[in-house]
Amino acid sequence: MTKQRGDDMLRIGSGAGFSGDRLEPAVKLAEEGELDYLVLECLAERTIALAQKRKKADASLGYDPLLEKRIRSLLPVLLEKKVRLITNMGAANSVGGAWKIIEIAEEMGLSVKVAAVTGDDVLPYVLSNRDSIQFSPALNESADIVSANAYMGAASILPAIETGADIIITGRVADPSLFLAPMIHHFEWSMDDHDLLAKGTVIGHLLECGGQLTGGYFADPGKKDVSGMASLGFPLAEVQPDGSALLTKLPGTGGALTLRTVKEQLLYEVMDPSAYITPDVVADFTSVQLQEDGEDRILLTGGNGRKRPDELKVSIGFDAGYTGEGEITYAGANAVGRAELAGAIIQERLEDEFEELKVDYIGVTSAHRGAFDHQGTPYEVRLRIAGKTYELDKAKRIGEEVEALYTNGPAGGGGARKYVNEVVGIVSGMIPRGNVEPDFTVMEVEAND
Amino acid sequence: MTKLYELAHSRAGDKGDVLMLSLIPYEEELYGALREQVTAERVKKHLQHIVSGEVERYEMPNISALQFVCHGALLGGVTTSLGMDTHGKTLSYALLEMEIEL
Repeated sequence: MTKQRGDDMLRIGSGAGFSGDRLEPAVKLAEEGELDYLVLECLAERTIALAQKRKKADASLGYDPLLEKRIRSLLPVLLEKKVRLITNMGAANSVGGAWKIIEIAEEMGLSVKVAAVTGDDVLPYVLSNRDSIQFSPALNESADIVSANAYMGAASILPAIETGADIIITGRVADPSLFLAPMIHHFEWSMDDHDLLAKGTVIGHLLECGGQLTGGYFADPGKKDVSGMASLGFPLAEVQPDGSALLTKLPGTGGALTLRTVKEQLLYEVMDPSAYITPDVVADFTSVQLQEDGEDRILLTGGNGRKRPDELKVSIGFDAGYTGEGEITYAGANAVGRAELAGAIIQERLEDEFEELKVDYIGVTSAHRGAFDHQGTPYEVRLRIAGKTYELDKAKRIGEEVEALYTNGPAGGGGARKYVNEVVGIVSGMIPRGNVEPDFTVMEVEAND
Repeated sequence: MTKLYELAHSRAGDKGDVLMLSLIPYEEELYGALREQVTAERVKKHLQHIVSGEVERYEMPNISALQFVCHGALLGGVTTSLGMDTHGKTLSYALLEMEIEL
């Protein structure tokens, strides 16, 4: 199979579904996927707020912590196979991320052109219009806002694609827009053709979580068996000019791409399936049709859309102090009884200091909050105590108190661990589109022969 | 009575303090029975210790699936919740604990 650019179809691969995703599936896709574009989605709501904090401490940082590793493993093959990369690994500093890519290319003796998309950072606007923005959920007046990033759409990525850059790196854009933008560019779709934008958005939505389309986060032994999960193949789409697509993965890779895996992902994180809102379009998923077309091949047709909203969603991060946690395990006869005694001891010692202390019995109540009783007593149980505070020392005390159960608590406690984490809370708000000004910067390095 | 786990699969998603749960029958013929019996009211009652707000149900006949949108389900939301499973990712299996009559 030889790839011809400008051919009717467009092949887009999904090489990462979150910041910490596996590295090698993207390399495999770039090597063997006959791709036009590889997309890496690496930016969760909270990730960007944490990145803003890193940037504050060091202005050259604030891009994805794994950027260097991913680019080092991908760059030679991307350039060799002429696969263009689109990624939101810029996080809070797309320009800084682009410079890092240039630096890596120089080191590796490669020529590369990088376009960094900017404009999503709307912190100054949000700070000066705080009173007029409706935060959801409500934001305490005294909360210290540390970041505000607008979800920009495909239109913010298009000019960067048009520069011919090998790599397009963004900050906060809507995840499906990372995939929709190259389709609009390649097929010259109109930004007012809501149906085509919706179809492309459905494809982007299905691809954006990487392995979650190909059997990852799906397997349940005996019920939903998936083979080869240690070498899961990530998905790619063969998109047609009419917005229909074939979803598939590389032969010889692990995982499965079936009607069932695609249905789970189609509904993943969707509120109203008839109105999936992005900066590009309001997409209706209730007209999407899925059809099996052989092993690991699903045909995607249908889907239609309405005009995009006039406002853009903004993700706002605020300083929410620290969580302190402590854990300890009890096993054998009366394990639950001893763990409950330990929990009561900690509560008595700390309840006056913390507004809320969460006491979980891992193995009994921690995940489903004890809502469903199963027969039988667990052989072992792990006590977990968590609390929130704005004082670092106080947060540390929770773990210290749990650890002190060794010599002061019930018999047979073991494996105590303590954790303290900085917490960035996230709320969202809507702001008028006109207050977000997408832009881009291009940088280039030429290898010396 | 049959547990939903035997009949259907589910994936959980989250946005703020909202939990989304899909319900997808293994056999598409079962969609009608699920639609009939797994109502928003029943899911709200089933998840009463977990979901504090309203439950909305959306029907997807095109893929024979239901989507439940549960408000106030994540102890204040992913980023500031003190829970173990801050995203509510394990809660798909809480829905599958429900029993229905076939």
